[in-house]
Amino acid sequence: MLEVRNLVLAHGRTTILSDVSFSVASGEVVALCGPNGAGKSTLLSALSGEMPPVSGAISIKGCDITGISAAQLAKCRAVLEQAPTLSATFDVRTLTSLSIPREVSPLEANRITRDTLAELDLTALSARPVHSLSGGQQHRVHLARTLAQLGAGRSLGGGDALMLDEPTASLDITHQITVMQAARRAAERGTAVIVVLHDLNLAAAFADRIVMLHKGGIAAKAPPAEVLTPSLLTGIYETEIAVSLIGDTPIVTPVYLPTEARP
Amino acid sequence: MPIGWACKAMALAERITGEPRTSSQPVLLIGLGLLAFAAVVFELALGPVQVPLADIAAWFAGEADAGTSAILGQIRAPRAVLAVLVGCGLALAGATMQGILRNPLADPGLIGVTGGASLGAVLVIVLGEVLFAGVPNVLRPFLLPFAAFIGAALVTGFVFVVARRGGQTSVATLILAGVAVNAIAGAGIGAMVYISDDQQLRNLTFWSMGALGGASWTIVLVTGAIVMLAAVGLSRFDRALDLFQLGERAAYHSGLDVERIKLKAGLLTALAVGAVTAAAGPIGFVGLVAPHMARLIMGAGHRWMMPAAALIGTALILLADLAVRMAVPPAEPPIGLATSLIGGPFFLWLLLKRMKGLSLA
Repeated sequence: MLEVRNLVLAHGRTTILSDVSFSVASGEVVALCGPNGAGKSTLLSALSGEMPPVSGAISIKGCDITGISAAQLAKCRAVLEQAPTLSATFDVRTLTSLSIPREVSPLEANRITRDTLAELDLTALSARPVHSLSGGQQHRVHLARTLAQLGAGRSLGGGDALMLDEPTASLDITHQITVMQAARRAAERGTAVIVVLHDLNLAAAFADRIVMLHKGGIAAKAPPAEVLTPSLLTGIYETEIAVSLIGDTPIVTPVYLPTEARP
Repeated sequence: MPIGWACKAMALAERITGEPRTSSQPVLLIGLGLLAFAAVVFELALGPVQVPLADIAAWFAGEADAGTSAILGQIRAPRAVLAVLVGCGLALAGATMQGILRNPLADPGLIGVTGGASLGAVLVIVLGEVLFAGVPNVLRPFLLPFAAFIGAALVTGFVFVVARRGGQTSVATLILAGVAVNAIAGAGIGAMVYISDDQQLRNLTFWSMGALGGASWTIVLVTGAIVMLAAVGLSRFDRALDLFQLGERAAYHSGLDVERIKLKAGLLTALAVGAVTAAAGPIGFVGLVAPHMARLIMGAGHRWMMPAAALIGTALILLADLAVRMAVPPAEPPIGLATSLIGGPFFLWLLLKRMKGLSLA
């Protein structure tokens, strides 16, 4: 359970977000959406403990994160940055196991690494140097590292929250789905998952709820069908957006008409 | 039979650690250890007077004649031990700097840490009598390394602050910062040279060329105590340095107290570079070359790479010292000449390789 109460965040004197409150239950996937500059990544860096809030509180499983050491926090939550980097020639397997804390026994770490590689379809690449892989594959290995850290945290009695910052941005459709399914599976094991997503259709397909950020606050927080409505989206993104339904899942499409066809 | 047992033990170790490709690393490390040991033996045996291996063994057993004892005990042994300390200290400092700055071209000499240490040391050599007149004799051997440490620590702090901007430091920023720091340190050293008297000038000149010739057991003990402290401290940062390769944000996400590690590792690096520079003068490029060779042999993981770098650094310094001692006997060109002769072209090669975008190491 991840809980955010009356959070205010600022870069220097510029307030980015004010009075933000929401929660992510264990087993729930919440998508964090909104236009560029809405403060999604800033909010995520506060949730990860990296950026101290101006006021308000963030707690994981009832425990305020501001008083927790980096090592302790790493057992409670795992984070994947938007553009992860690596400046060493590690192979896939080494990178995947890199964030597993030393408290985990080598045998257990080995098992977690193997399972995570299999889950993300990376077993065949496990001996390859990471820098020899494509951008999308490299990103998936970093996701594997994050999930392995989460799994290790779970085996140490933590693993309560997973935070992903645009994990699908550089991936093809198949791998976007692989990643989101991995996020769902993490939720099924009892983790609270929060994912920053630009792709509203992925949010509609995989998230239990959407928290829509806009103009320094929360514009909506509800299940996808309630948030992804033409009027709300058109207001937030300042462009005309249509929503259709496949089954119960909303499909979002920007409406683009050539100039001469506009009424 | 023993080979069978060894294979079984290795297979078990693989199952437990889950690192199948690393099973060769202990063997490689032992190989490097033997190389460094052989270099120590050569350092003891070769010189104006050749000492046969049997006599070296006899000296270790305390049964050598007076002449051999004098050569080994007073001249070559302290020199060899100092070489080991210098090699280990510089290699570990280089590996740590490269790890924290995520930049394979970070070398204590190039980025100015050695320059800072030199300025500190030169201040003590020239102004020591005036500034530290009241210091008790027991503490005097520590003055030079202490001043060098302060100089090295100031520069390390400066480099880390420069490196903070933007997270990852560009090669250009690092090298230019090094150029600036080295220029400032050079000006300070120049000023000291200008006001020094004849005896001080002689001391300065010998010291600044970098040489192991001044090794005495007092210097070895002081340097050894400091370098060992730094080496033990730095060897505990293997996982931290691995995580630094993800960038400071992801390292924090993975549970690393980034600022504290930088402070500790920076201080230990400055200690090592300060002690080594105080004892043997500014010696360039070992901190650059040794970690690179270690990475090529052991892979990028710091757990194996760090001890390998220390052993390679040791071997490099010993071989460089042998080279300068054997080149034009009985004269001894400065050891920095030999390390720069190997290190300079190596650095250029790395730079060109990076410019072609081939290097990730």
